[in-house]
Amino acid sequence: MSEPQTDDSLSSARRGPWRAAFHRLGSPPFFYRLSGRLLPWFGILCALAFATGLYGGLVLAPTDYQQGESYRIIYIHVPAAWMSMLVYVVLAITGGIGLIWRLKLAEVVARASAPIGASYTFLALLTGSLWGKPMWGTWWVWDARLTSELILLFLYLGYMALQAAIDDRRTAARAGAVLALVGVVNLPIIHYSVEWWNTLHQGPTVTKFDQPSIALSMLVPLLLMALAFKLHYVVSLLARVRGEILDSERRTAWVEKLLMES
Amino acid sequence: MAEFLAMGGYAGYVWPAYGVTAVVLIANLLLPLRRRRHLLRQLRAIARQRIHDGPL
Repeated sequence: MSEPQTDDSLSSARRGPWRAAFHRLGSPPFFYRLSGRLLPWFGILCALAFATGLYGGLVLAPTDYQQGESYRIIYIHVPAAWMSMLVYVVLAITGGIGLIWRLKLAEVVARASAPIGASYTFLALLTGSLWGKPMWGTWWVWDARLTSELILLFLYLGYMALQAAIDDRRTAARAGAVLALVGVVNLPIIHYSVEWWNTLHQGPTVTKFDQPSIALSMLVPLLLMALAFKLHYVVSLLARVRGEILDSERRTAWVEKLLMES
Repeated sequence: MAEFLAMGGYAGYVWPAYGVTAVVLIANLLLPLRRRRHLLRQLRAIARQRIHDGPL
């Protein structure tokens, strides 16, 4: 199973260094080894970002003049909501790459991203609810922002159900990619919902073209937490992809060699 | 410290939000690590069995 790999990388090397690098990254044994080496470093960076972000957000940042201390939920709510959309973009793009170029690694990344994205979406909804209750007086309203974010959760769950229902992984990946690409229309709806419709949800705080309407001492921890969530995604994604690779390549020579080494 | 934990009266909202987030984020990291360790152990057992049985 692993012999075509070397042929593949030789022929692609002739086609140019970029293409060769792309093919190499897409090769499961190479990616497995590389990700194993990178994982601890991303883990350390992630822990540092969380430590500084939480300290800045919970301790250093001043109390909000309107919302009191309840606004501190922003430091997990907004990063989780951003990630819920970013991971969906990754899901759609890797799904598309898998559809067009049949790149196995892209399919694996899409499959591994779905549960992580679903958990960020769940967190965005839950922390939003816990923030909405004291500020709006209700846990939930069926407005555009909240409803479109809930639809995002259902898109993730639908994708995961599809993966679980189809035994053949490559067929499952193609079906999932179509679902993910169709669901992309939901992303601009989520983002612009607070501008297009009247809603209880506050408008954008950070992602505006003019000055962000947030003090620097509040903004810096928020950006650190956003970075921490991104690193968390990288670490959980790499960990999941490594498991998927090991599982699907279990009968190959390189996995056998790996088992002998350790 | 008590003042910090009280969160200006919003402790009942702020801390559950942070608590559940911590649990979900940590589970996201631990579950795949555990799964891979389990898989490695399983594959190693199969490989050992095959060496023990000799070539087919």
